[in-house]
Amino acid sequence: MIEKETGSSASWPLWEIFIRSKQGLDHKHVGSLHAADAAMAIENARDAYTRRMEGVSIWVVESKYLHASNPDEAASLYDPANDKVYRHPTFYDLPDELKHM
Amino acid sequence: MATADIEKNFQDKIDQDIRIEPKDWMPEAYRRTLVRQMSQHAHSEIVGMLPEANWITRAPSLRRKATLIAKVQDEAGHGLYLYAAAETLGVSRDEMIDQLHSGKAKYSSIFNYPTLTWADMGAIGWLVDGAAIMNQVPLGRASFGPYARAMVRICKEESFHQRQGFEILLVLSRGSAEQRRMCQDAIDRWWWPSVMMFGPNDDASPHTAQSMQWKIKRFTNDELRQRFIDICAGQVKLLGMTLPDDRLAWNEHRGHYDFGPIDWEEFRNVINGNGPCNKQRLEARVKAHVEGAWVREAAVAHARKNSNLNKEEAA
Repeated sequence: MIEKETGSSASWPLWEIFIRSKQGLDHKHVGSLHAADAAMAIENARDAYTRRMEGVSIWVVESKYLHASNPDEAASLYDPANDKVYRHPTFYDLPDELKHM
Repeated sequence: MATADIEKNFQDKIDQDIRIEPKDWMPEAYRRTLVRQMSQHAHSEIVGMLPEANWITRAPSLRRKATLIAKVQDEAGHGLYLYAAAETLGVSRDEMIDQLHSGKAKYSSIFNYPTLTWADMGAIGWLVDGAAIMNQVPLGRASFGPYARAMVRICKEESFHQRQGFEILLVLSRGSAEQRRMCQDAIDRWWWPSVMMFGPNDDASPHTAQSMQWKIKRFTNDELRQRFIDICAGQVKLLGMTLPDDRLAWNEHRGHYDFGPIDWEEFRNVINGNGPCNKQRLEARVKAHVEGAWVREAAVAHARKNSNLNKEEAA
């Protein structure tokens, strides 16, 4: 019984940690850690990633719920944006005299 | 794509300083080298807490005690950043911990030396953390993204570790004759092991060339060692102390300090488990892990219970 519990069944799942460094900024991924549940993940994240006031808000997401794009498919995935330079303001030819635009 | 093309593609990215991320293709040997280096590095942070924890209860003032606790807590954090970065390569935390506890994985042999006096806290901060920082700053530009990012954060935090160490020695160096003796004694004992922290000489370090090609390493062991010695030879003068090396002398022609021979026999002995504290350190680690098992299990049981309660409420 104890044998079984000390095995992998007792290991804590992995969580991805996102921190808002100050009000008005996005949460940013800072790393990952192990914790038994979300409350513990937040406490561990505080201890691991905000020992020097690096954050005002913490998000934790269990890693298994995070889905990522495949880098091998990057070429085809981003292809639709590749030839649409007209989405950028510098694409348009306008006279220098035109101000405030 | 043929394997040769994929490998060339990989090396091209490295040559252009494009970082490799966990899901990107990488040669198996690159992955293996990184897992070995990062896990060793993580183990060193964790085992490195032990020699200093020895002095937390006996720190000479509240200020020193608070500092030492903060430093040891940082080291736990640094170990964690590095374990997490290594896990992105598919190795599990349990596997790494098992390898440390079974003696299969190494950690920096500097932590197998005992901390005999309070002055050792100063010498460790100045010399051991100083050598570690010298090694780690270039790793902030290592080619593997998660490793580099962890190293940047670690280096930012390590700076105070070195400064507080030097401050401890500075205070002792201006104290009583006994305190000055203690200061010199700590420097004498920690100097050579710190010099050895950079690893074997370049001609005895077979993996250096490959690691440099992969930009896991940016400088050779001997380059970093020389830089460390040059800097410390200057800093020790501020303490009014000396480094325990009769051959230490400025070489105008080289623009570096010359230094005496390193006792590689001792280095190998300590790495192979025969240092003064190898057994004690590993035993302390294993004991903490085994005796902490019930806490990990209780946390899992608590989490399960809560999640079951939530499900019942929802139903």
